[in-house]
Amino acid sequence: MFKTRMGSGKSIEMSREEIQSDIEKGVEAAVENGGVDPLAPDEIERLVELHCIPAKFIGIERGKELVTTFDGGSIKLKRLDISLGRIVDAQIFERVLCTDSAEFAHVDYSFKPIKPIVDSEQIEFKQALQVTVVPMFYGAMPNLSLYYEPVGSQPNPSTVMMEEGDIPKARRAIEKTVEMGVKDMVFVSRKMHEVGADGINFDTVGSAGEGDFLASLKAAEKLREMYPDICIEMGMSSEFILGMHGDLEYKGVNLAGLYPHEQVQLAEKAGVTIFGPVVNVEVNKSCPWNLARSLTLYKACREASSIPIHANVGMGVGGVPMSEVPPIDATTRTSVAMAEIGKMDGL
Amino acid sequence: MGGMRTAGDLVMRMQMAKAMRLGEAKEYVADKLEVSVEDLSDNIKMDKIRRKLGLGRIRPSVQEEVNLQAKANIAEVLDIKINSVEKYGL
Repeated sequence: MFKTRMGSGKSIEMSREEIQSDIEKGVEAAVENGGVDPLAPDEIERLVELHCIPAKFIGIERGKELVTTFDGGSIKLKRLDISLGRIVDAQIFERVLCTDSAEFAHVDYSFKPIKPIVDSEQIEFKQALQVTVVPMFYGAMPNLSLYYEPVGSQPNPSTVMMEEGDIPKARRAIEKTVEMGVKDMVFVSRKMHEVGADGINFDTVGSAGEGDFLASLKAAEKLREMYPDICIEMGMSSEFILGMHGDLEYKGVNLAGLYPHEQVQLAEKAGVTIFGPVVNVEVNKSCPWNLARSLTLYKACREASSIPIHANVGMGVGGVPMSEVPPIDATTRTSVAMAEIGKMDGL
Repeated sequence: MGGMRTAGDLVMRMQMAKAMRLGEAKEYVADKLEVSVEDLSDNIKMDKIRRKLGLGRIRPSVQEEVNLQAKANIAEVLDIKINSVEKYGL
């Protein structure tokens, strides 16, 4: 028997045959959900082997390492109840954690609330860029939900649809927030690029449905036109685009229901430099099942892309259990699988 | 990949600057540094190379290039533009 976990993080034991069966079922689920090709038999066999290594911590062959990017970089350590500023936070990422990149971010990690304080953000970000070496992103979420009532000015489409049954009004509200979101994303990104950012990270894209994705694509397109050399990373919020509107298109493609291998093609057309797909974890399934499903969808995304793919692997995504303290046995197996089998460009 | 302990930040820069896939980015950096791809993640070898070329190290001595100066050297070695160097470079 081999130790592994459920998607919730709970420790369990499985036989080799049970692990293989769950991996095959995870691959089947990905094929059924995303309409992608399954993993090859030798890839499934390697994934089984990775789960049957008794060691708690496993690693990759020398020379096959991946690079890393992050979301919410310089506000992550604050969440651990450590009293430090964002510049020191970034330096710790660079000099202590030895990450390949760093990210500067505001604690209210959305473009809308950053807009009125952008001058202050520029000053501190500029200082951070002058005392670090690794490439540094400025990151935030499009988070179009902030444009809806009660915190925003637009009618909440969920309320409009459920309580009033007024679908055209709900759709108009979503369309309006796309315009507002693009304006704020371009404004803040432009300010951060002009102060020296190495890259802009649009994070948790799609969290408010396909309008959120559309705003991010349009913002990327505008920024690419303004600054041909700009680096834009787009990290997704979930595995498929929620159809809150149902009829929003980008370059003739309806956005609702797109899976990672379809999302990346639009991101590339919009001028995105690095794409970060997400596959959600099912907590009542095993880690072998979840990792197999994630890997199948991520691999299809990588094959459909000509830009670098940084797979999202963390709390509740990419095969890593849904826990604020991800277990190292699961994170290392996920990392090795993403590098060896998924052939990702980064995590 | 190990960031400044290795050549992780340099490979990352090529993905960001040129949208290079991982293999292409590693080969590009290895070629510029005149080492093998495997050497890029060897922290002992890379520490010496970074010191020699002034690319920034985890624990620099007082005489060494740090921060913007190190980034300026990285831009030159990799033949890329680094936004903050263009704006505030020495």
